[in-house]
Amino acid sequence: MAHVVESKKACAVNPLKMSQPLGASYAFMGLESCMPVMHGSQGCTSFGLVVLVRHFKEAIPLQTTAMNETTTIMGGYDNIEKAILNIRSRAKPQVIAICSTGLTETKGDDVDGYIALARQKHPELADTEIIYVSTPDYLGAFQDGWAKAVTTLVTKVPRLDTPRCEGRINVLPGSHLTPGDIEELREIIEAFGLEAAFVPDVSGSLDGHIPDDWLGTTIGGTPLKALQEIGGAAHTLAIGEQMRPAAEALQARCGVPFTVFDRLTGLTATDALVQLLGSLSGRAAPPRLRRQRSQLVDAMLDGHFHFGNVKVALAAEPDLLFAVGSFLTEMGAELAVCVTTTASPLLARMPAVEVVIGDLEDFEQAAQASGCDLLMTHSHGRQAAERLGKPLFRLGIPTFDRIGNSHKCYVGYRGTRNLVYEVGNLLMEQIPHHGPDHWPLPEAALAAARGSAMPMFSTLPEPGVAHVSTEIPRLLHSSEPVSAP
Amino acid sequence: MSASLKAKIAEVFEEPGCDKNVGKTEKERKKGCTKQLTPGAAAGGCAFDGAKIALQPIVDVAHLVHGPIACEGNSWDNRHSASSGSTIYRTGFTTDINELDVIYGAEKRLFKSIREICEKYDPPAIFVYQTCVTGLIGDDIEAVCKRAAEKFGKPVIPVNAPGFAGPKNLGNKLGAEALLDYVIGTVEPTHTTPYDINIIGEYNLSGELWQVKPLLDALGVRILSCISGDGRYAEVASSHRAKANMMVCSKSMINIATKMQQRWDIPYFEGSFYGIGDMSETLREIARLLVERGAPAELKDRTEALIAVEEARAWERIRAYKQRLTGKKVLLITGGVKSWSVVAALQEAGLEVVGTSTKKSTKEDKEKIKEIMGDDAHMIDDMTPRQMYAMLREAKADIMLSGGRSQFVALKARMPWMDINQERHHAFAGYEGMVTMIAEIDKALFNPMWAEVRTPAPWELVDPLLVEQSAEQLAAEAQPA
Repeated sequence: MAHVVESKKACAVNPLKMSQPLGASYAFMGLESCMPVMHGSQGCTSFGLVVLVRHFKEAIPLQTTAMNETTTIMGGYDNIEKAILNIRSRAKPQVIAICSTGLTETKGDDVDGYIALARQKHPELADTEIIYVSTPDYLGAFQDGWAKAVTTLVTKVPRLDTPRCEGRINVLPGSHLTPGDIEELREIIEAFGLEAAFVPDVSGSLDGHIPDDWLGTTIGGTPLKALQEIGGAAHTLAIGEQMRPAAEALQARCGVPFTVFDRLTGLTATDALVQLLGSLSGRAAPPRLRRQRSQLVDAMLDGHFHFGNVKVALAAEPDLLFAVGSFLTEMGAELAVCVTTTASPLLARMPAVEVVIGDLEDFEQAAQASGCDLLMTHSHGRQAAERLGKPLFRLGIPTFDRIGNSHKCYVGYRGTRNLVYEVGNLLMEQIPHHGPDHWPLPEAALAAARGSAMPMFSTLPEPGVAHVSTEIPRLLHSSEPVSAP
Repeated sequence: MSASLKAKIAEVFEEPGCDKNVGKTEKERKKGCTKQLTPGAAAGGCAFDGAKIALQPIVDVAHLVHGPIACEGNSWDNRHSASSGSTIYRTGFTTDINELDVIYGAEKRLFKSIREICEKYDPPAIFVYQTCVTGLIGDDIEAVCKRAAEKFGKPVIPVNAPGFAGPKNLGNKLGAEALLDYVIGTVEPTHTTPYDINIIGEYNLSGELWQVKPLLDALGVRILSCISGDGRYAEVASSHRAKANMMVCSKSMINIATKMQQRWDIPYFEGSFYGIGDMSETLREIARLLVERGAPAELKDRTEALIAVEEARAWERIRAYKQRLTGKKVLLITGGVKSWSVVAALQEAGLEVVGTSTKKSTKEDKEKIKEIMGDDAHMIDDMTPRQMYAMLREAKADIMLSGGRSQFVALKARMPWMDINQERHHAFAGYEGMVTMIAEIDKALFNPMWAEVRTPAPWELVDPLLVEQSAEQLAAEAQPA
């Protein structure tokens, strides 16, 4: 149970957080043949584009309504109309997905109204699905934008008349799942003979593959038809607490029951998924999964030596924070510092004393104050790691100084096994090498050995106080006041 | 838009140093030189982005972005402008305004933020960047900065370039205006020499300034201030005592050069560090201007001697590649500025430029390209990614040089690509940089990986041996026993 505090500073230093419209745009990138658009000034799109390009090393389809001051004040109808028409004629997407920004929300553009008006004036737009989600920059964070986008998708698009099909399920993955995570989940689900529709599916578009031709739109993802038919699924799996509103919305619209998994990283967490899939499919867990579970158990046994008592400073969006943080504590590590971006019911449930909604300055200062051994956050933590001289495990978006981010996988038995090995190996590099001076004797012992003192029994060290290496100063604190029996 | 910002924008469009602007009628000039952006078909940064690019390379200053999280949270620490000392410029400061701030105004949050930065980081100065939302709700950053400067006893500089004011290029100029209004001329240098120059519009990306500085050091020419790469606040503030200015990078900060000429009578020239010929020409111009301004004439002789030695050394190193690169075709897609100077450099190495983008180039740039590449120069005003992709797939080019955003057009076509924009990791300035650039192109072109990835997949192949065998077999079977 953690105490949740919001940073009281006026000035955010070294932001951890990214904006809502970027999270929403990223969600829309998981739809096939889609062009996400930010309704704002062109810089909003440009910055978002650069972040995602640097993370995925992929072409990122993202357009702008190119608002300027005049159009903002007069209202952005013309820009929305022009943007839709231009995108339709140039990139020919099946879906145009628009998210608002701080600029247009401050003015208060009625984008739903604009779209309706544009459809009236241009009947040719009937062949293009147009989605709109309100995501002001000055509220929430990346994860919230993603959640709102997915909630909008499942509220607006699914047809109400799709017949129920028992073998089909929906998966609503949170923004913290990588394309690699989604591929892994699909394999697990298909191993039970179930067919899964992922909404959205960034593993189709941002998994790093070579398409046959240049497309201006997304190069894969959830097909529009599949999205329209998700109302016919027997069950919905929502991955991450952020997906609960979307799962509820889909249930309200199409009556699909759902289960929210607060995380799928960890042994028992994955067991819960496997159990549900077993009951949904009526099949026993296939041998391959059983073997993977056994491999994870072995990895945890091999790894626990390196995780025990390690102090970790972790900064990530709430769902990722919870998934990775919970598992680290299950491996014996201590979550000394937890920093996150936005509110979530999960924060109070974190296995830590405190969770700060703050920035990487809070993270760095707290990590230093509590003597953390390992920092875990996205690439922007690299400056803090350098200053503190501590290893950084890169986690989350953006990870712009590493390649292969799409294929990171930390869910399921196999994904959790990856996490054990990757973090464990980083920790193994930190094992201190001892020298001849690492275990000095205390003065009393030296005096006794010189024969220059006759220590009384009362001045002897308290029994039960362990002497530990000078390399690990923090352990000295914990062994300080040991009361004599 | 505040009246002051409107006046400022009109002012930067009134540019006597820009031939294109001077050639316009009074009425045309009033319209400004910003092309109207096309909704749904636009790419590129906003004015805020431009101002930040121009000023953030001042390394000992805290750069505070007043706005919602998008402006700084989505963009910080994403450039490779290098520092030889302070790293505070890489720290991301933002007021990260929330909904209540939008309703009630965020000036108080801004003031408190400045206080926090003073208390925790104590930089020599703080630059405060205006953004769209805080501009729209009417936060008066000039007033807050003035009050904060009085209160905390250090320069707090308002940079009024909200994103919606225009594109990146306008932001460069508005950022430069902030320096002219509040910084340059506010501090006297401890001493001056007859060899003091400013370099304007050089951002020290990947440390490029340090490929050039040793040349100037060797000649005894002192960089009084570089605006803004690896710059220090005090240096920029005392830059008005330089004897001459060099303007790098086409028109992005020309207003600094022209206004320093008007205010302090400092002559300037426009030069480039890209390409061997350009680098030499730049050194000659620096020497010429300094001698005109009173430096001993022997500087010119020493400069010529240095050029001779360094050119020879660079050519010697490039010659190793020339044979391999001759006839290779380059598609050059870049933001205006460097087009012509890079074209010359590529030709020096035997490469053939089959096309270059001129979307952001000025008329003058285009004339220079023609001069260098001839009349049949393939100038592409606005090429869609699809067209670039087709051009590469049809092998009309062997390599594409562009900014990071279009890299995948080349890579997905399985064609070599090299980064020449500001996000790049390699330094390409001076004699040293040209050798590096040619080496990088060579490395990209001749990587054996290309042949490997262009190999068709097994299922795309029909093995001729198998086909023959089966035909023989069929024939054999057809024979009566």
